[in-house]
Formats: sequence, structure tokens, C-alpha cells
Amino acid sequence: MGRSEHAPALTARSAGLVGCRQCAQAWPAGTPSCGRCGAPLQSRDAKSLQKVWAWWTAGLLCYIPANLYPMLQTRTLFDTSEATIVGGAIELIHYGNVGIALIILFASVVIPVGKFVAIAYLALSTRHPSPALAHHRQLLFEVVEYIGRWSMIDVFVVAILASLVHLGSVADIKAGPASLTFALSVIFTMLSALSFDSRLIWDQVGQQEDA
Amino acid sequence: MTDAALPDASRLPDETAPATSAAGLIVCPRCDALYKARRPGFGELATCPRCHKVIAAPRHKAGMQIIAMSVASLIMTVGALFFPFLSIEAAGLTNAASVLDVALSFSGGVLTVLVIITAAAIVVIPALRTSLLIYVLVPLVFDRAPARHAKPAFRLAEQLRPWSMAEIFALGVAVSLVKVGDLALVAFGPAFWMFAVLVVLVLLQQRYLCSWSVWDALNTPPR
Repeated sequence: MGRSEHAPALTARSAGLVGCRQCAQAWPAGTPSCGRCGAPLQSRDAKSLQKVWAWWTAGLLCYIPANLYPMLQTRTLFDTSEATIVGGAIELIHYGNVGIALIILFASVVIPVGKFVAIAYLALSTRHPSPALAHHRQLLFEVVEYIGRWSMIDVFVVAILASLVHLGSVADIKAGPASLTFALSVIFTMLSALSFDSRLIWDQVGQQEDA
Repeated sequence: MTDAALPDASRLPDETAPATSAAGLIVCPRCDALYKARRPGFGELATCPRCHKVIAAPRHKAGMQIIAMSVASLIMTVGALFFPFLSIEAAGLTNAASVLDVALSFSGGVLTVLVIITAAAIVVIPALRTSLLIYVLVPLVFDRAPARHAKPAFRLAEQLRPWSMAEIFALGVAVSLVKVGDLALVAFGPAFWMFAVLVVLVLLQQRYLCSWSVWDALNTPPR
């Protein structure tokens, strides 16, 4: 560590090579697929940012109805209620389950919104090289990649409740339309993050230092 | 990759002059930095000095352990499919839900799509991924020639990694328990504990699986 962090590293591209992202093997530039593992080779994914933005937009479009429509429709002896993501969490706080409400709010609101902001920042920042920020950007990207899947927890909770709570007239829970759009939103943002070519974060570092 | 695995990047230029000498070189998948490959020993970590990505982390006897964990998690998945993971009781009425019930709970309308997503994320993809790992690793561990479609199979297994969500489902079960706790009496069923074991197996498997070593083994002829 330390010593070589900001040193202009020799990249595969500047050496006229292309690296396999699956198995790390180097090949001469222009080799179509990796002879070691068979994965297609690309020095840089030229369409990376296009794909990122396409999935990002799709994810955002699905996230809006996910917050407006009910996630759960609960019917008990006394009343019928429909709860949106935020509404359901507020209800939980009323019942005293602050911890669970925070998990739900974190997984369904903080993580998705944070992901939209983070991915947009990463995609936009490829235009503004910054060796000093490369490590932070890489870390941000890894966090987004790692944590994004956990948003699915709310979808699973809805699925579990909707299949479990069928107690005739006493209580009945049905899944609302928001569960579908929310699931799609999570999947689209995962695809958006997976489309991001992290080498774009580091390219700028090399370029600026070479200049 | 500290000195343990890879040499100084600065020494590379003369050695890389002809592009055809790419054979002994490896490239960081995260940041594209180029290094001369030296096989890391068991227990050694090969990390990229520029972006700190772990490129290889071979472990002694990892293959056999991953196979054992894969078989165990396949059994757990099948078991968890049929047994209820939560049961609920209120006003003398009871109900229990298994994964199959969950998958079928969204029946009707657009929510059918959700059934497919849920079933895929918690059962189909994890089961497929562990089966692929068994298929790829068994011949390697027993010093046989690699399975016929080992390469595409292992690439698919690696691509499926983020989409395998059994561990997220397990936490979802725990959250559900608290959520309906006020409405009725809820209890964990046998499948919940299977999912709990599954979570541990999945995490251990991810820790032990070094894809660089698998590709290395797939390209080394058996002794």
C-alpha cells in the first residue's frame, strides 16, 4: 500500500493488452475472447455509461410508483388498511417496533435513494478525473454493489406476510402493486451498477498523471 | 499484490514489450493495472497495489470444502422448500407458510411476475449456482480432466452470484416475525433454521471460493 497508490501504474491498455475481467489473464489488444476462461474481452466497455443510465432511469421510474401505491393491504376484524413503504414504517413506530421500522426505512428508502445518487455521481464523475478521489469512488462503487441487493428484503417481507397471514375473517394480508414496482426498481438499479465499468474510475487517474 | 504475489509494476515495461508475451501477465479486473503473474501460495493474498482489489486468495483444500458446503446447501434448499418457515396463530386459527406458499402467494395479475422473481432469487438461482459449482469442482478436486462444459458453467455461476438472495430472505423471515407479532402468535418453523444454516454456508462458500484459482486449475492439465 501507500507507495504505489498514486503512482502512474502501467495499465493493460497502455501496454497494448486487454485484461480478462473474469480470470485476470492478459491478452493482446483486440483478442475477442479470453482463451483461458472464454469470457468476452473488452479493453473498456464503450457502452458502459449508456447502459448505466438506461437501467438507472428504468429503476427510478419504477421507484416512484413503488412509493405511491400500497405495498401491503391488511384486513383485520375491525378495519382494512393499505400501507405504502413509508406508511408501513410509520405504523410500526406507532406500535413501538422502532428497530424494525428503521430496518425497513433503511432498506427501502435510504439504500435505494442513496444508490440512485451514488450511481449518478459515479457515472458523471468519469468526466472529472481526480486521482485523490479514485479510492473513494472505488469504495463507493463497492458499497453500492454490495448493499444494493439487500433492498430486496422488503419485497420478501411482503411475500412472506402475504402467504402467511390468511386467517379467515380475523386477519388477511395481500401484496399491493408497489411490491412489484419496488422489486423491479431494485433489479434495474442492480443492473445499472453491474453495467458500470469500474476501470473508468481509474483511467482518468492514469491520464491525468501522464499528462 | 504485495511482493508476496506480484512484482513491482515499474519493472514491467521491458518485459511486456512484445504483445505476444501476454501469457505470464495478469490484469486487475477493477482498475486495469498490469502485473507479472506469480502464483500465490495457499493462504497468500494477491491484491492489486493500485486499487487494493483482491485478485487471488487461494486456500488449501478449498475445493473439497466448497463441494461439501455446496452439497449441504443444496439439501438445505430442497428441505426449506417444503417445510414451513413461519407459522401463525390467532383466535384459534392457524396457518403456516413454506417457500412454495410464498412463491404462490402472488397468484393473479401482474403480481405473477413477482412470484417468478421471488422464486428465482431464493430457490432457483441459489440451487443452480451450487449445482454448477459442484459440477465444476468435483473433477478438479479428484484430479480428473475438467468437466466438458466447466468453463461456461463456472462463468455462469460467477455471474449469478449477486442474484442469489437466500441470505436476504432469511433476514426477511425474521423481520416478518416481528411485523406480525402484534397481529397474532408467530413461531419459526423448521425451514427457518434451514435458511439460517444456509446463510452461514453461503457466507463461508463466498469466503473460500477463489475464482482465480478455479480458472488456474481448469487450465492446468491433471497430474
